[in-house]
Order: sequence, then C-alpha cells, then structure tokens
Amino acid sequence: MAGATPDSASAETTYRSARVPLLLPTWLVIGVFLILPVALMAVYSFLTKEMRGGVIWEFSLAAYDQFFINRGLFGDEPPTLEWTYLTVFGRSILQAAIATVLCLLIGFPTAWFIATRPPETRGVWLFLITVPYWVNLLIRTVSLRFLIRENGPLNDALLGAGVISQPLALINTDFAVQLGLFYSYLPFMVLPIYAAVERYNFAWSEAAADLYASRWVTLREIVLPIVKPGIIAGCLLVFIPSLGAFLAPNLLGGAKNFMIGSLIEEQFKKSLGNWPFGAAVSMILMSLVLILLMLYARSAARQETR
Amino acid sequence: MTCAVDIRTVTKTYGTFTALHGVSLSIRDNEFFTLLGPSGCGKTTLLRMMAGFEDVTKGEILLFGQNIASLEPNHRPVNTVFQQYALFPHMSVIDNVGFGLKMKGWSKEKRRTRAGEMLEMVHLTDFADRLPAQLSGGQQQRVALARALAPQPKVLLLDEPLSALDLKLRQAMRMELKQLQEDTGITFIFVTHDQEEALTMSNRIAVMSAGHIQQIGSPQDIYESPLNRFVADFIGDTNLLQVEVAAISGDQAQVILPGGQRVACSTATTEKGTHHLSIRPERVTLVPIGSGLQAVVEQVIYLGTDLQVLVRLDGGTAMQVRIQNAARTEVPSPGTRVGLQLEEGAARLLAD
Repeated sequence: MAGATPDSASAETTYRSARVPLLLPTWLVIGVFLILPVALMAVYSFLTKEMRGGVIWEFSLAAYDQFFINRGLFGDEPPTLEWTYLTVFGRSILQAAIATVLCLLIGFPTAWFIATRPPETRGVWLFLITVPYWVNLLIRTVSLRFLIRENGPLNDALLGAGVISQPLALINTDFAVQLGLFYSYLPFMVLPIYAAVERYNFAWSEAAADLYASRWVTLREIVLPIVKPGIIAGCLLVFIPSLGAFLAPNLLGGAKNFMIGSLIEEQFKKSLGNWPFGAAVSMILMSLVLILLMLYARSAARQETR
Repeated sequence: MTCAVDIRTVTKTYGTFTALHGVSLSIRDNEFFTLLGPSGCGKTTLLRMMAGFEDVTKGEILLFGQNIASLEPNHRPVNTVFQQYALFPHMSVIDNVGFGLKMKGWSKEKRRTRAGEMLEMVHLTDFADRLPAQLSGGQQQRVALARALAPQPKVLLLDEPLSALDLKLRQAMRMELKQLQEDTGITFIFVTHDQEEALTMSNRIAVMSAGHIQQIGSPQDIYESPLNRFVADFIGDTNLLQVEVAAISGDQAQVILPGGQRVACSTATTEKGTHHLSIRPERVTLVPIGSGLQAVVEQVIYLGTDLQVLVRLDGGTAMQVRIQNAARTEVPSPGTRVGLQLEEGAARLLAD
C-alpha cells in the first residue's frame, strides 16, 4: 500500500483530535446502559439475598454455591456437584444450538434468494423479512401458542386434510420451543448472510467452474469461505439471544422445558425471587457467551495468519 | 491447419431479443483470434457460450471437432480470463493460480511448482503469498492470466482483459499477451471493443455488430479492405461519402462524388447504383491546386504527431485529411484552395 503522505498524516491528526468528542455519546450510552448494569449484576451476585427480593449489602458466595454445589435438602450432607442448574444450561445450549442450525438451514437459502433478486426488488423482500418485527415478540409468541395448541388451526388443518388422525401434542415440547426460537430469531440469521451474499461476485463462481470446480466444490471452496463472516455473525446473533430467551420456553415449552432465561427471570419476579442467585446465573451465562466469542475470535485470528 | 473452435450457425435469444443471428466462425489452432465490436454486438455472449456460461439456443459449437454443447463449464478444456479478473479474494496469489490444478487433482507439490512457473512467466514470483486485494490492477490482471494458463487449456478465452487498465499499462500488456500466445502456442480468443488492441495483437479479427459477423480477416484485410460501411467506420478513422457508381470491373470501380468529380477505387461490391465510398484520411496528401480532387481548407486541428485538416470538396462534401506533423510540413491555412491526391488504397467502395 502507498505510504502515508504529509497530507494524509495531517488528516490523521485532525481525525484524532476529533475522535474524543465524536465518540463521547457512544461511550456515554455504553457506560450507562451496558457497563453500569452489568457491573451492578456482578456486584449483586456476591451479595446476600433479602427474603422478599432485593439484596442485603453483605458479601456472600451463597449464590454461586447454590448453583454449583449440592449439600442436600437441608444443607447438612457432604457437598457434591449440583446438577440441577447445569442441566438447565445444557438443555438451553442444546435448544439454542438446534434453533441456530434451523435458522441457518432456512436462513441461508432465503438470504441467497433475496441477494440474487434484481436490485430493485431486493428491498421489498428485505422489508417482508422485517414485517413480523412490527408486532411485539410476546404477542407473536402467544399467537404461535394458539396456532399449535391441541385444537388450534394447525391441528385442525392437518386433521381436516386427513394427514393425522389424532391431534399432535406440539405445545409444551422441545419442538415448540425450537419453533418459537426459530421464528423469533430467523431475521437475525437472514440479514447478515444477505449482506455477505450481496457483496459476493458471481464471477467468482464462474471462475471456479471455469477452473474445473463442480457446483458442490465451488460452494465449499469459494462461496462458503467468502460469505463465512456473514454466516458466523448470523449464528452468533441467533445463538446468543436464544440461549438467554425466556418468552419462547415459558410460553411454548411449559415447566419441563425450562431454559436459563426463565430461570433468571424467575429470580427477579415476585417476592419469591433470589436476586443474588439470578445475578450469579446471569454472570455465568455471560461468561459462557464470552468464552464462546473468544474461542471464535481466536480461531478467526488463526485463520488470518494461516 | 486444425480447427480449434468451430462455431456453426449459432443463434442466441433472450426472450424476444436475439443476441446472435446464426453466427458461423472457424478459429484455427494456435491462432490469436479477436472478436471485435461495440458493446451489445454479441461478442461477449459468444465467448461465454464457448466457456459454457450461456446456453446455445440454436446451432453448435465444436471444440477440436467435439460438440461441447452438453458439457458443463467445469468439463470444458478451455479457461477464461475474466473482465474484472474474478480472482478469489480469500486465496493467496499462488493458491489462485493453483486452483485449476487442484481441481484437476494435482498433488500439492506439483501444483506449487507449476503455479510458481506461471508466476515467473508473468513476473510476479515475489507476490506469491499476497492476497489479490494487495495487488495493483495490472498485477491482478497478470495473476488472472497465470491462473487461466496454469491448467494448460487448449483454448484461452479473454473477455476484455485489458479494459480496466490505464493506457500505458494496456499498451505494454498487449505486447506481453501477444508474446505469451506465441510462446505457449495456445489458441487465444480475445474479446474487445478496442480496435487498436485488435489490430496490434490478432492473427485474425471477426468484426461484429448487432449479433452478426460483419467481416473476418487479418488486421490488414479488415483495415485496408473493409467490406461494408460498419467495418470501414468502426476500424480506424474514415471519410464516408455517398457516391454513384460509374463503372465496375472485378475489384476495381469508378465512382462519381456528389460534386461530379471522379475517383478510381477498389470495391467490395459488384452492384452499380448508390454506395458509400471510404477514404482513409491518412492516405490523402495535399497537393497544389490543379491536380487531384479540388477542395478548400476549412480548419486545421493540431493533434501532436498529426495535423487534422478539415476540407470541403467542390460540390459541398466535407472531408478530413491527416498529414504528419513533420518538421518540413507546410501547414495549410484556412481558406486556401488545395488538391487532394488519393494514394493507393485510400478509397474503397463499400457494400452496405
């Protein structure tokens, strides 16, 4: 690349001096609405619970102890690993992973379809993708509940068409939760992949075919590596909120399909809650997500320097 | 000589639009063949049909005698240099060059060796590990060339490969391309709208317009003996004058200019009547009044190496003449009466 000329150097200086005032609003927003609440949660997780919700300002590891260690019902047995909450985590990760894969399987072809339409009609398709977002997530999830319940329209239609003879028990299943997550987060998969595919130059595919690559090999060696950043962004945008989701598991999954989000929500709801425990679960969830992100960043960096 | 590509009455339609009207064309082995024409003439469509990116609506394309209509692009022994190069952005230069070999199942060592040789050939050995985005346009162009040549195709297709380069680089690349073609002995099929490119590099040129081939011939044929108005006008500068044919015998004719002056010329038509006469401006010399065609100088435009002299023939027809801007050239001043001497090959009667 060309070296910095005196002109661009002075432009750099101007840019630097303007940087602080330009970034100040962003810093403020991030500070007040992200760092501060997270810090508060971190502090809460190490405090003692107040019986009717809230906290007592007294250091305690009780929340983390409750999460990881089992001392029996009355707290007098030898400590063993507590599986209750880890199981909830495991199930949540599995549910979120399945939802992510579902979103990818449907979202990638959808994004591809939109990105390969003529430019003047792409806007319409993208607009249609965002239409569900005009309705509140809660209402959409409740509607889904009505749609798939035992005597809901879906079962009625399938019964009417003679596909099934007994109504399907869809509600309160893992499937219902995955459906809810898939439906809630599909656009988060479509949009970043669309952005990546839109920048994809189809002459690359032609060049690959010209150099004896079959369609499949072209997809594997050329298309996927080039649009990979979009796919990864989409997967993260679906996986992370799915992991902490509470509406879909609460409304569609019922009691036995409990996920982390519901667990956390419960701790802050009503007077029965345990704030430090809710905060601790949040911190553990956040650490998990951060670890995943760091692993991804590391593998991405390794690939750069390959 | 063997025929590398044989195009037999190929037609291409898109809905109601016909891009190619029954085009026939034979390209010889080891030939540098150029498809030349303005944008929209069908030249790129024809090239893409050879590569396999477009279906043939009617007719057939033979590659060394084999009909390739049913072959997918990845099964055709031809490679393409794309207009915007289409280098794979996520692969290093050497991986780009080796991609075709990898697809052909070459081992990693053999691939690296061949790709290295290819890079040496295009003088990019030091850039093997860069990404395409880290190269200049001219370097990317050469990578694209090396990538397409690495699998040793029988035919190399080049889709306006020089159009994205600046003038100086373009001129240098012309010589390099020509040299490369002679060294490798691979048949090059080159698409361009730039007549200078076509004239300097090609063994033969097919001039195309509106989905038809207007003329096929060597650069000299095309320039010196254009068949019709389109070719005469598209290749080089020319004066097109509407004339009346007085006499035709064989390839020679006598025509009458609008002002009544007579001119002897070669002819591309055998029909009498009204036709167009092409007079190449650089094949006309200014002589003292009394001999040649009588005219008045209207304007002299300074072009550096040349002077463009705009004249009006007696009878009212405007014409341009080019004279060299040599040290001893007498620059005619506007208003002077001059004679125009047509040199051998200056004038040609055209079919329409």
